[in-house]
Amino acid sequence: MASLDAPRIVSSRSEFADSFTLARYLATGGYEGLRKALTMFPEAVAAEVDAASLLGRGGAGFPAGRKWSMLRKSPVSYLVVNGDESEPATFKDHYLVERDPHQLVEGVIIAAYALQVTQAFIFLRGEFALGLERVQQAVNDAYDHGALGRKIFGSDFSLDIVVHPGAGAYICGEETSLIEALEGKRGFPRIKPPFFPAVTGLYGEPTVVNNVETMSNLPWIVTHGGAAFAALGAGRSAGTRLFALSGRVNRPGVYEIEMVKNTFRDLIYDPALGGGVVDDRPVRAFIPGGVSAPWFGPEQLDLPLGQDEVGAQGSMLGSGSIVVMDDTTCPVRAAWRITKFFSRESCGQCTPCREGSGWLERIMYRLEHGGGRAEDVDLLLDLCDNIAPGLTWPPAQTTICVLGPSIPSSIKSAITMFRDDFLAHAHHGGCPHD
Amino acid sequence: MSHFRADVRQRAEELVALYPRRRSAMLPMLHLAQEQDGYVTDGAIEEIAELTGTTPAEVRGTAAFYDMFHLEPVGRYVVGVCTNVACLLAGGEDLLEHASRTLGCAVGGTSEDGLFTLEETECLADCNIAPVVQVNHRYVRTTTPEALDQLVTDLRAGRLDADVPPHGTLIRVRRNGGLRVEREELSAERAAARAARDARAATEAK
Repeated sequence: MASLDAPRIVSSRSEFADSFTLARYLATGGYEGLRKALTMFPEAVAAEVDAASLLGRGGAGFPAGRKWSMLRKSPVSYLVVNGDESEPATFKDHYLVERDPHQLVEGVIIAAYALQVTQAFIFLRGEFALGLERVQQAVNDAYDHGALGRKIFGSDFSLDIVVHPGAGAYICGEETSLIEALEGKRGFPRIKPPFFPAVTGLYGEPTVVNNVETMSNLPWIVTHGGAAFAALGAGRSAGTRLFALSGRVNRPGVYEIEMVKNTFRDLIYDPALGGGVVDDRPVRAFIPGGVSAPWFGPEQLDLPLGQDEVGAQGSMLGSGSIVVMDDTTCPVRAAWRITKFFSRESCGQCTPCREGSGWLERIMYRLEHGGGRAEDVDLLLDLCDNIAPGLTWPPAQTTICVLGPSIPSSIKSAITMFRDDFLAHAHHGGCPHD
Repeated sequence: MSHFRADVRQRAEELVALYPRRRSAMLPMLHLAQEQDGYVTDGAIEEIAELTGTTPAEVRGTAAFYDMFHLEPVGRYVVGVCTNVACLLAGGEDLLEHASRTLGCAVGGTSEDGLFTLEETECLADCNIAPVVQVNHRYVRTTTPEALDQLVTDLRAGRLDADVPPHGTLIRVRRNGGLRVEREELSAERAAARAARDARAATEAK
């Protein structure tokens, strides 16, 4: 049975049709966390976030408090919010920016206060036309309300937030690439080291880059205390989390549930959550955390939804998006489509990723559409090994950013779990399911 | 002679003023250019270069990197159908094929009347209502062939202009607030606030 007793932290206003307005936000405790934060020392606010053990909700799961502590001291520093949600099957930030933009804005102001930053940027996917309008409106309203701008709520803290539209590039979810885009350039990830923008980020200044959901948790954490947040979940995976469930389930959607206390089976089958697989068919495989993550099979359904729990099984909770495949799904087709995505979205800087993704896509294509050969299966693995040597998890890296080593995940998973399907495609001269 | 209309030029200048460095206004300004012209024209590229302190080659090179910027004319309505994995499992490929027949243009092409351009998109982050369709980056939530046909009929008749502005994909809500303070002044203010806090901490420690 799913454990659904935990408070809704970031989706508490979902019942209200006007959840995005300032009036509703103020009527439901809005900006109280900020008022409280402003009475505290900035270091004390940061300490609460550290105590909350809030892991970044963008995909890498880096502790937010530690990220903040790495910000190099400098006369000028920046806070950048990553709302370039583009990992396939991830749609929780989309939900947050459209449904609760003020919660995001309040979180950004709290973070900026804790970091003593006076300029913040919210970078949103260009495709979020409505989300961009809602967040800009929230920023405008926050200025009028005195929650943003000069001397916020009469304190000595001032902040400006600029809402910045992206323009359609998956790679800009990578934080150094996002910074390049914010500087008005092509979204090419920067060479590491430095590994963290907290050392050298926007315009060469120290910059913290945090995800939309991470920011949206802050008003609650400041209001209720870091300990209350850390009391939810277990181990390193504290709090609740938004899980985006899609694919062959009866009730696809965004669900906020307590981490670790629930399993993939709970999420997929509970009547209040996924509601089971379409037509009661069996789960053949599922993706546990975005298409960069290796796939799981039915034997992992009872695994808890926790970062370390999933990591120990050779995959990742990543962006918190779960895609369910049943026995009507062709795994070769699914893996081909994911590979095509990476091939389209590779920025082109590094040879293994740029060339490798294209070769892999073409081989996967011919297996699925006719012309594939039995030896293609091992050829695919060999190519994957050139991009991420050893095909281990976490993957080894031959490229500037992690897009490259993400490419083999789905192919290696599909071949490991469904080699016979690949061979059947080769023998059949295309997809036997068509 | 400005390529941008007077009101667009004013908004472009406002964008430049928002950022510590003017080149940062590049992406929003390219969106603005598309709002005016439907695509990124040579004239707009020249003017954006001037406004952002770059060269036309840099503007074109940047624009070409991003899927949302069109360097060639496109239809009044850009219809995007997602076929990435979540939509694939919901029949996205079939819906894309159907859209191609209904609109009378190939994927990537524009209908003869210049009204529609059809694109196969990557994940649009709305996977619970799959397959996902956007028109000018507005979610239209038409997941069946019948609904898609109705949508096309409505768009042709101009019945959805309020929901789907032609190329008015972004920035319909304008920024109306903002901080207009010199950075040095803010730094000084921040230092003073820190000194005050330190003094308070010292008092509290006693």
